Amino acid sequence: MAVGPGVLDATAIAGGSRLARARRWWEQEHVFGFGLIFPALVLLACLVAWPFLMAVYLSLSDYWVGSPGRFIGFANFRDILGNDVFRQTVRNSFVFTGIALTLKTVLGVWLALLLARNLRGKRLIRGAVLLPFVIPTALSTLGWWWMFDSLYSVVNWTGIRLGLLAPPGPNWLGVPAYAMAAVIVVNVWRGLPFFAITVLAGLVAIPREFYEAAEVDGAGAWGRFRYVTLPLLRPVLAVVVLFSTIFTFSDFNIVYVLTRGGPVNTTHLFATLAYQVGLQGGNLGQGAAISLFLFPMLGAVVFFQLRYIRRE
Amino acid sequence: MTTGVRGRGARIRSTAWAYGNLVPFVFFALFPFYFMLVTSLKSNAELYSLASVPLWIQRGAIVDHYRFLLERTDFLVWMRNSLVISVLATGVSLAISIPAGYSLARLRFAGVGGFGTAVFITYLVPPTLLFLPLSRVVVWLGLADTIWALVVTYPTFLVPFSTWLLMGYFRTVPREMEECALVDGASRMQTLVRIALPMAVPGIVCATLFGFTLTWNEFIYALTFVSQTANKTAVVGVTADLIRGDIYYWGSLMAGAVLASVPIVICYVFFLDYYVSGLTAGSVKG
Repeated sequence: MAVGPGVLDATAIAGGSRLARARRWWEQEHVFGFGLIFPALVLLACLVAWPFLMAVYLSLSDYWVGSPGRFIGFANFRDILGNDVFRQTVRNSFVFTGIALTLKTVLGVWLALLLARNLRGKRLIRGAVLLPFVIPTALSTLGWWWMFDSLYSVVNWTGIRLGLLAPPGPNWLGVPAYAMAAVIVVNVWRGLPFFAITVLAGLVAIPREFYEAAEVDGAGAWGRFRYVTLPLLRPVLAVVVLFSTIFTFSDFNIVYVLTRGGPVNTTHLFATLAYQVGLQGGNLGQGAAISLFLFPMLGAVVFFQLRYIRRE
Repeated sequence: MTTGVRGRGARIRSTAWAYGNLVPFVFFALFPFYFMLVTSLKSNAELYSLASVPLWIQRGAIVDHYRFLLERTDFLVWMRNSLVISVLATGVSLAISIPAGYSLARLRFAGVGGFGTAVFITYLVPPTLLFLPLSRVVVWLGLADTIWALVVTYPTFLVPFSTWLLMGYFRTVPREMEECALVDGASRMQTLVRIALPMAVPGIVCATLFGFTLTWNEFIYALTFVSQTANKTAVVGVTADLIRGDIYYWGSLMAGAVLASVPIVICYVFFLDYYVSGLTAGSVKG
């Protein structure tokens, strides 16, 4: 790293010209700039790019835990695509991501509009609403698991007392549609703060004059939202939705803790299936192939993000 | 929203309406935590009685589940592991990200744009895409089943995140101040350490908090790379090791979930504003 001038003075007699040359070299903008970013690049090359290439190689091999594995071409992909559990997983992933994302977007904008008002206790309310996002997801999902318990579910107990559910109430984690609903609810619960707080930052940046002008023109609350708020929020919303797409699509924690992919694989996502096949089943080749199906979605999101950022 | 032209009555009505609409959101956000806390303090007799009201404690709060957790499980070991891993991984990541973020924000050299894009792309890569090959890498490094497996792999998602975050903060430091320092004979490194770094302190605090939170909360790597009970993190230990053969484990399970969240809650209460600003930097995975 850098050598301070004090050190230079002390050693000037010994190798002054060489040190001075080294220092001049290091002071060049391109050398210094590259030097600063070099450790990060090494890390990302060794622990992100290299594992990614390994994932590609594994997916093309019959690598099992404890056996070296051979190159077998696209056999893993052919097996996977013909597999009913995998097809179910693809369906699950799109249903899960589609519904969860829609709910998070609509509720997130709604919540952001409410939080943007100058209410007393605003900071406390924001703090409360953001909490699900910072508490470890695996742990809070344990709480949801207990809330959806087949016998002691507090959701059912309350629903029955309020007359909303017929006793004994749905078996949340035991019936496919309910289990999917439960997984989506927990994902929305945990992801909503991210949407709300980010959209809120976008809302605050909209100049007041726009609303005043719209009001003068006779726009009501809905008109102001439709023709001022929404168009100006679009860039922020685009970023948030893209971000959330990839991280909802690749979710692991909630499904793993709440349903382990069940009942009968109806809540499996790519990540949980890859874990089950690759680690618990020991078939690393197929597991890697399954998790690589996340890549097209990642590619699409990166493409749109970069295009958006360049335009900005 | 403008309220200037409307009367006092309308304003009060509209405020009440806003509070009324916020109630379900706040309830939805907080109820699971309340319910976990209540469960962890109930006796088994009350927890598993269909006649009792689940919503609050009827027969007196007890701390037996917490005592069980502290005396008869490895909970404290898991907490220590989590603490060591989080502190080390965050420290390493900051040491790598601060110079990288500065370089991307401030210096011009061939390839800087490409490096910025590379960092951004790795930042979008979900951990679930790479956990299988990384589990092999960890074996080759001889770190399998140790806490070092996590100290080494957590920077893979922390470095892109903190670099991106810090880049934004370094951009807000006025360039003129640094140029003055350079003209006055300071080296580039001195300029970075003495001028830019002090002005980016809020960003560094923010990156530290998020680093600690993200590593403490991390699940899939910790679940995959470590299988020995004594080397597990708090989150994985509670999730995987507290579930016993019988069904009467909910009390201690919820106690574990509550206690393992405490460090994050403490950070959160003291640094709420940093969490909000880190989130709105548009860059936290959700």
